[in-house]
Amino acid sequence: MAGHVAELDSKTLWGGKESPFSTSYGKLMMWFFLVSDALTFTGLLIAYGFTRHDVQDAWPIGEETFNSMPFLGHGYPLLYVALMTFILIVSSVTMVLAVEAGHRMDRKGVVKWMIATIIGGFFFLGSQAWEWSHFIHGSEFGKIELADGSQAIVKGHFGEINNFKVTVAGSEHKKGDVIKEDLLHTFHHAAVLGDIEDGKITLHDGSIAKINKQHDHDMVLIVKKAGKNHILNARIEGKQAEKMYYESLYSGTANKVVYGADLKDNEYGPQQYGQFFFFITGFHGFHVFSGVIINIIILLGVVAGTYHKRGHYEMVEKTGLYWHFVDLVWVFVFTFFYLI
Amino acid sequence: MERDDLIEYSLHTHHSEEKGKEIRKKIIFVTILLTAVTILEVGLGAFIKQSNAIWPFVKWSFVILTLFKAGYIVMVFMHLGDERKWMRYVILLPYFIFVLYLIFIALWEGLAVGHAWETYGF
Repeated sequence: MAGHVAELDSKTLWGGKESPFSTSYGKLMMWFFLVSDALTFTGLLIAYGFTRHDVQDAWPIGEETFNSMPFLGHGYPLLYVALMTFILIVSSVTMVLAVEAGHRMDRKGVVKWMIATIIGGFFFLGSQAWEWSHFIHGSEFGKIELADGSQAIVKGHFGEINNFKVTVAGSEHKKGDVIKEDLLHTFHHAAVLGDIEDGKITLHDGSIAKINKQHDHDMVLIVKKAGKNHILNARIEGKQAEKMYYESLYSGTANKVVYGADLKDNEYGPQQYGQFFFFITGFHGFHVFSGVIINIIILLGVVAGTYHKRGHYEMVEKTGLYWHFVDLVWVFVFTFFYLI
Repeated sequence: MERDDLIEYSLHTHHSEEKGKEIRKKIIFVTILLTAVTILEVGLGAFIKQSNAIWPFVKWSFVILTLFKAGYIVMVFMHLGDERKWMRYVILLPYFIFVLYLIFIALWEGLAVGHAWETYGF
């Protein structure tokens, strides 16, 4: 595909006539930008690797952390990220088809494939928003600190909370009231503050209520930070797990449990894990977002016929390079964040 | 002043209808390949636990499969395979030289720092 010129004397080579790479200026500069941007991501992922190697506590495992699907609930390890990866690969394919159509000066083809690419990009962004929201809100169980000081993540089926029945009146609720709204949120909030003791919850107005909750099933505690009695990665199952979990949760002590994630703490593993998750997937997501915006701008140019008049669709090729790069980075993020 | 002796490289990438068909065939082939590799990776990740004895093997196959996928994206989708040899080198050599070294030094250092914390405390 590269153009070849017969005479290669130094005058033509250095006179600015011939590019040594036989590539246009714009395309080459896009490549150089991508080289530097790739080095930024390289630095981030290597920093992640460094931290993962020096941390003492167990690092979260992808298929344990990311096992949910929208509308379907838990028990689908890695399927959602796989879907996201597939969406991004497909949008990369539609982009390369747009570039190919451009090489044939097929304006309609370029428009069609670029619209498909943009839709794929929005799908990916939406998926990432869901994933972030899920990551931030966390599971129903959270991460629990056991009596011996070890920390464990919790797997299993969380028995639904039916209601809170007020036993001691506060400023808002009377004795005998049955509260049925916003139960899980209230429960989590009180658990973090240490306002649950022996199955009784102290509500924000000072009233005390009995928690009416269904039984949990198949509970497994996986130790992620070793304490006095439990080694790293130990698994505690069944009745024993339930006993230890509720001993801590219902101890009436604050900060025994962590739900979801923020920059300070998260229920999946070490603090740095959450920070890297937000930074690396966030930085990549920002790239996807910019890519979609750039694609839209170029699409407008295609529709307006700007590039057709110019005689070539190189702008589509350039934005395509950027879009493929975003896909390329995701391939690495997928492996090092989710798989390994 | 407008120069008329400059080469418009952008026009060199144009191709015919038949060539286009050929290229599209290749694109479809690569799509299927990348999808298959992703499915394989997820299957391995979902069914082989990290406590499994063959996990180190699985881990390294993830790395190799990732580089395999990356190679196809860069060479086919980004058309780097169609560029001149020295352009390929200019773009790829920095990674082969610096990044491999950085990975080695950072991971090794990370382990050392971890051991130091384990031994001497905070």
